[in-house]
Amino acid sequence: MHRSGDASVIRLTIDGRSIDVESGTTVAAALVLAGVRSTRTSVSGEPRAALCGMGVCQECRVTIDGRAHTLACQALCRDGQIVRTDDSAGTP
Amino acid sequence: MGQSGGHTMKQHFDIVVVGAGPAGLNAAHAAARAGATVALLDDNPRAGGQIWRQGPGHAPQAPLQRLLSAIGDRGNTTLWPSTRVVAPLDSRRLLLESAEHGGACVTYEHLILATGARERLLPFPGWTLPGVSGAGALQALIKGGMPVRGERIVIGGSGPLLIAALATARAAGARVVAVVEQAPAFDVARFGVSLLAEPGKLRQAVGMTRGFAGLHYWTGSMVEAAHGDGRVERVTISRGHAERRVTLECERIACGYGLVPNVTLAQALGCTIGAAGEIVVDGGQRTSVEGVFAAGECTGVGGAELAGVEGEIAGLAASGGAADRAALDAQRARWRRFGRRVDAAFALRDAARTPPADSTLLCRCEDVSLGEVREFANWRDAKLQTRCGMGACQGRICGTAASLYFGWQAAAPRPPFSPAPISTLMAANAAPPPAE
Repeated sequence: MHRSGDASVIRLTIDGRSIDVESGTTVAAALVLAGVRSTRTSVSGEPRAALCGMGVCQECRVTIDGRAHTLACQALCRDGQIVRTDDSAGTP
Repeated sequence: MGQSGGHTMKQHFDIVVVGAGPAGLNAAHAAARAGATVALLDDNPRAGGQIWRQGPGHAPQAPLQRLLSAIGDRGNTTLWPSTRVVAPLDSRRLLLESAEHGGACVTYEHLILATGARERLLPFPGWTLPGVSGAGALQALIKGGMPVRGERIVIGGSGPLLIAALATARAAGARVVAVVEQAPAFDVARFGVSLLAEPGKLRQAVGMTRGFAGLHYWTGSMVEAAHGDGRVERVTISRGHAERRVTLECERIACGYGLVPNVTLAQALGCTIGAAGEIVVDGGQRTSVEGVFAAGECTGVGGAELAGVEGEIAGLAASGGAADRAALDAQRARWRRFGRRVDAAFALRDAARTPPADSTLLCRCEDVSLGEVREFANWRDAKLQTRCGMGACQGRICGTAASLYFGWQAAAPRPPFSPAPISTLMAANAAPPPAE
């Protein structure tokens, strides 16, 4: 993959773990980079992750900086951002 | 290009364009050239739509850069990124939810819908496993920086998008082990030959499929099931009429059956919707609702070139700008012909139209299986009795599948179209009634 000129690094926290990503990375991509296997657990207990990648299916919804139900596929990573997946929402 | 101003809760524009893909950008550009004040909204953080999606390692493509700088130079267009339309209100107003500004209300003289299309995602056993996505979805996720280097990927479904996904996945270092196309070999080959009539498209196709050797390209075939423990590990593919089955090991499955127009906002505005689920427009891209235009994939799927021309025509018609309409009409006709060839070649065959086993989940939001739903007479009854289509996606995924399988007319999602804070919903009432 060709690297673009802007390779500034962004540091965010996903489920309590710090991770560095390239500027322009979506939160959906950062979740994969951070090794998060699923964004939510379905009503019957199945793990789920991004399906449509473009803001339709709502499977990738996470809590970003305290704001619940934010779509990870349509959110860009920002420095200092705190991302929580559904499964960890209740934990400190 | 200016950013939407301060904490202003309401603003007026001559023209509001919803969607900043090829259609919306061209519409905004045409309207801005004619001197109109324009707001260009998109729910994504960056303009470009699906086809010109940017990301790390994916710099803005030349046509996108040209359009953005041309629009920016005019100074009369305001770009609202990360902005969703929560609800259309009366008197030509839209209630918006913007990441930057929170709730806002905009008024317009003319509205141009350039809301694009989404993938038709069809259920199969195991499609809820993490690692299963749409084909265009895979492209979008990779462009957003998702690592796939060294991963084995199976791409399935139908249409030219599978080849585009193949090219993107390969460029990102993935090992695409198979492309599984439901259309029969004869139709795919005939489509390939027809590309000779569009040399630009042929060059694109040749570039994307370079090095096809070592890859299975199976026509008349379907992704039948995904397997794995909490994550995709294998895929079963059914090949042709002989019911031959192949199981491959893979880390990802990217499967999409063409595109369907996004018409939620159009439906809420009362625009007439056609048989193929598209917004019906006239020669000037006018919808059936006074003051509302539509352009691009939401008026019928035909590719970025068609979307661009339609956007241009809509922008000119809405703003009263001057143009060589005959030349634009000819271009539009040419790309519509191309779109019809794609439609014919990749029309969904019986295998893709047949629902999978009853135990397969249809509605992923509420975990409702096909078996629970199929006994009902229509979508409304199925929804009321099973909660199918009543979850977070408002039936946008399962409604599309149910409509294909059972011919059910899915009910239009109702505003608010996306979860919005109560403060945004209150912004609707905060806006004073406009002077008539």
